[in-house]
Amino acid sequence: MESTHTLVLLVEDHPGVLNRVVSLMRRRSFNIDSITVGHSEQVGVSRMTIQLRGNSEDIEQAGKQLYKLLEVVKVIDLQPNEAMIRELVLVKVAAKGAVRAEVVQTASIYGARVLDATPSSVMIEMSGGEEEIESFLTMMRIYGIREMVRSGKVALPRVLSKKTDRQTRQMNPLAAD
Amino acid sequence: MVATDPTTQRAEATQHTGPEVLTGAQITCRAIEAEGVTTVFGYPGGAVIPLYDAIPDSGLHHVLTRFEQWSGMAAIGYARATGKVGCCIATSGPGATNLVTALADAMLDSVPIVAITGQVIEPLIGRDGFQEVDITGITLPVTKHNYIVHNVADIATTIKEAFYLARSGRPGPVLVDIPKNIFVAKTEYIPAKLTPRKSYQPTTIPNMRQVRLAADEIAQAKRPLIMAGHGVILSGAEAEFTELVEKTGIPTIFTLLGLGAMDEMHPLAIGMMGMHGHRRANRALDECDLLINFGARFDDRATGNLSGFAPNARVIHVDIDPAEIGKNVKTAVPVVGDIKEVLKLLTPEVKAGDHSAWRTWIEGQHNRVLRAALEDRPAWPEPYAIIKEIADATGHEAIVTTDVGQHQMWAAQHLGVKHGKRWITSGGLGTMGFGLPSAVGAKMGRPDLEVWTIIGDGGFQMSGTELATAVQENLDINIAIINNGYLGMVRQWQDLFHARNYSEVAISGPDFVKLAEAYGATGIRVRTDAEIRPAIEKARSIKGPVLIDFVVEPEANVYPMVAPGASNSQMIEGRKEEE
Repeated sequence: MESTHTLVLLVEDHPGVLNRVVSLMRRRSFNIDSITVGHSEQVGVSRMTIQLRGNSEDIEQAGKQLYKLLEVVKVIDLQPNEAMIRELVLVKVAAKGAVRAEVVQTASIYGARVLDATPSSVMIEMSGGEEEIESFLTMMRIYGIREMVRSGKVALPRVLSKKTDRQTRQMNPLAAD
Repeated sequence: MVATDPTTQRAEATQHTGPEVLTGAQITCRAIEAEGVTTVFGYPGGAVIPLYDAIPDSGLHHVLTRFEQWSGMAAIGYARATGKVGCCIATSGPGATNLVTALADAMLDSVPIVAITGQVIEPLIGRDGFQEVDITGITLPVTKHNYIVHNVADIATTIKEAFYLARSGRPGPVLVDIPKNIFVAKTEYIPAKLTPRKSYQPTTIPNMRQVRLAADEIAQAKRPLIMAGHGVILSGAEAEFTELVEKTGIPTIFTLLGLGAMDEMHPLAIGMMGMHGHRRANRALDECDLLINFGARFDDRATGNLSGFAPNARVIHVDIDPAEIGKNVKTAVPVVGDIKEVLKLLTPEVKAGDHSAWRTWIEGQHNRVLRAALEDRPAWPEPYAIIKEIADATGHEAIVTTDVGQHQMWAAQHLGVKHGKRWITSGGLGTMGFGLPSAVGAKMGRPDLEVWTIIGDGGFQMSGTELATAVQENLDINIAIINNGYLGMVRQWQDLFHARNYSEVAISGPDFVKLAEAYGATGIRVRTDAEIRPAIEKARSIKGPVLIDFVVEPEANVYPMVAPGASNSQMIEGRKEEE
């Protein structure tokens, strides 16, 4: 059955690593929903968070192919109930005159922050899980979204990193072995 | 691709500096030599002039091919004949892009080669410099890994790791791109040591639990079948593999690249599987209840339609690459490891078996159509008869390389391969033009062995210029052109599946005998059966390259054949065939 998976990759921080990962996903026809890259807690190791859709065989194959890239140190298939998966969204919403107060009030329900304002719009920052963000955006669309950017998902397992390997599914480079 | 560049400077001779300070070019040569490589195949050009400046003073023998792609194919032939890493060199830009097909060929057939390419000087990179291409970007999908070197002090370690990556784990091509200014820069040469990387630790020793599970499956099977892929040969495990087959008594089939994993004349060797496989092999796949795959990746040409592949079998898959497990075929028992290491542990665990009833059944699946058809032969020499005569004359001991197409399948069906490293063919990529340059590489690697290449008249016209290379190196290579005046395999598909619409497959060519002579080689033409064997013997007795132009029946087809998209059980058996 096809579902969305969140893969976390620990990769050596070398030029071109992102290109290698993305090129692999493209040429093997895996569907990436979102991808983010940044520093991890270890020097020289970057952390990528990739959301992709597929059945369990597809995801396992994706993990095994990723392990074949020289710079990929570890691949973890994060289980949604064991991880915090978050995203940041910046949204510019039409907010003239009396509507402005209403927009700001709605944003505050979601714990979103107003970053900037112009006579005709406000810019709001919101972070959260998928559902919260979708709910927030549904409300904002009522007023009119002028411009929007989403960061893509980032994720951390809930448990301490020492237990990470057991609590979440570190994809085994040795297959079903 | 030779181009000069005003910035070219002759690398200074070592007497001007201390003995340990070398140019990047000299370090490149030293680093290649440190890997035990004595032969490199290449083509000079602007960005690698400094490297070529260093080659004459190095211990490397450079073979000048006539096209960079054939340097790559020669490196592949060298690697496959010797089991060592092949090495090729090309300049930046067009030189580098011409290597791409060879890298893809090596990638799909898991052949260890290292390509060194020159790059434009660093200040020009990204500015569309003369003969600049982003070769590391271009070759990303067709290399196991690639590098661009930005510091002369990194050359030795990079080349060390490149060779290690190429030959370890699942072998494959690795490219090292070196900008011209890095070739010219100097530094102290310190022979590199391999630094292990946390992210690259191929599993060679298998999990013993999996090995025992495999042994249990083998013990319980009533109609087990072993299939051998290229992995057996890449692992150098032919002897251990034969031992397992003999101990268990299990009949064994081969993929195209697995031919020679054990002697094909062995009574337990059933034949080749797949699209042009032997009838017995494909029939055995249909009936087996356990399929034990050693080092094959279940390529579609071997399996046919997956839904009809080995329909009654549980599958054991032994492979060094975990990503191959379950990629195409559902696997009951995966064993990840180097085949040789797996066999060391598995063979003691299996019981001696008797599968005589099963073997008798398989033998009964032999194709009997041929004999009658043979009585009614045309006047032309039959392609497979030529293959059989070559095999017979050489006692199955020669290295045989092939090109791609009908002649390749006839050779695979009829040669009777005795040694894995003496059957060199482009399987995964199916690269036309492969035959002659890979024979050049094979002969350079194994001058002690007789080398033949079997080529179609189409493929020969792609890489025939390598006759010049063979003459220049005075190589004893015998070239058998199976000349039917068609791009035969495409013509066969058009014959069988496109209502004989022979679109663009009739191909003319030069007088190959005169062409051979023009190159300074020997040419022989054969038009009748009676001339086949004498021509082969004459070729074997003449020094230097000899070309035999075998003019054969224009419209002979390769049978059996499994139509594309069909199951292996649905073989088209044809009028004339033989196993």
